[in-house]
Amino acid sequence: MPQIAQILETYASQFFWLLIVFGLIYFTIGKGMLPKIEANMDARDRKIADDLAAAERARAEADNLGDSGEADLAAARLVAQGKANEAKAKAAKDAEQRLAKADAEVGAKLAAAEADLAKASAAAMASIESVAAEAAADIVAKVSGAKVSAAQAASAVKAVMANG
Amino acid sequence: MAGESGKIDPMHQFQIEPLAPLNIGGYDVSFTNSSLFMMIVLGALWLFMWGGMKRDLVPGRWQMAVEGVTGFVNNMVSSSVGPEGKKYVPLVFSLFMFILMANFMGMMPFGIVPGVHPFTVTSHLTVTAVLAVLSFGTVLVVGFWRHGLHFFSLFVPHGTPWWLLWLIPLIELFSFLIRPFSLALRLFVAMTAGHVLMKVLAGFVINGLNAQAAWVPLVVSIPSFILMIGITLLELLVCAIQAYVFALLTSLYINDAVNLH
Repeated sequence: MPQIAQILETYASQFFWLLIVFGLIYFTIGKGMLPKIEANMDARDRKIADDLAAAERARAEADNLGDSGEADLAAARLVAQGKANEAKAKAAKDAEQRLAKADAEVGAKLAAAEADLAKASAAAMASIESVAAEAAADIVAKVSGAKVSAAQAASAVKAVMANG
Repeated sequence: MAGESGKIDPMHQFQIEPLAPLNIGGYDVSFTNSSLFMMIVLGALWLFMWGGMKRDLVPGRWQMAVEGVTGFVNNMVSSSVGPEGKKYVPLVFSLFMFILMANFMGMMPFGIVPGVHPFTVTSHLTVTAVLAVLSFGTVLVVGFWRHGLHFFSLFVPHGTPWWLLWLIPLIELFSFLIRPFSLALRLFVAMTAGHVLMKVLAGFVINGLNAQAAWVPLVVSIPSFILMIGITLLELLVCAIQAYVFALLTSLYINDAVNLH
């Protein structure tokens, strides 16, 4: 086995070159290149994590915005509804008032007209009574030749008219 | 591969041959085929990592592969040590990648080029021992640095009955001290055994084909070849598993030093 047979002749050379080579590997590759590669991997992991966090934040913000928009919309709708109701009520009251006023005017006019009408019909009735009494006296005189006083005729006409 | 007179020596692949003699302070530190493959491992590992250095936000295929490996080691360390394990990721990563690349480089079919032999750096006890000592030494330094002499409480697990206090620390101490040996031997033996097995099977295939009798290739070479395909795939799995085991045990030992059970 040359590993053991040659050990006394070769150990110095083996140690010497191995320490040089392993030292180079440790200091240039292990201490030099490896940390850079790891730093790059860490930076990538961090970037991915940061991007994910930012996306999550943006999503939450958008959700919030949507919620508050909806709430704003609902509030605005409520206000608008209130205003509309108010306006409707006001308009209704206005119309009622106007209607009542007009009603009152019309009523007054109507009452006046009715009064006029009643006065006129009473006057007409009175004139009809006197005309009828005259006519009755004339008719009696013509038919029977009897003279009927105006007072008698008027009472007779009043009795007839009272009957019908 | 082939030794003299047509014999195939399965141990020849572990032979260290100096390529450029070098002597520093009386020590023979020649540049050998083993050193060459360490350099190849370093180059391959550097190339692999360099491909992942584009640092795009959206990774390409190569960057994804590099980040997969670094993420795997990072996960392993942080799940066994906890958040304080971040400091030890470079060490565990270097151990894991060096062993993995060295194992795979030993499996590469460089042998199809005449005169070139792949060499498995991690099949040498001298190499795995240094790696194990690095791992164990880190545990010792971290343990005494963080806890001082209190680190010895590692040898008295919680809930030890008082009448076992003479035995349990002894067993714990023994199991603690055996760690570097088990780390080094496990890797060394697994790689050596696998490569010997593959070489022996390859020898069966080749010697069977060279045999005089016509029935030998049919009975020996073809079954050996089929078996060898399976063994090679298994060996590729072992390469990854051994690197994983070494790195995982190192991070578990560091956990002992950092958190004291």
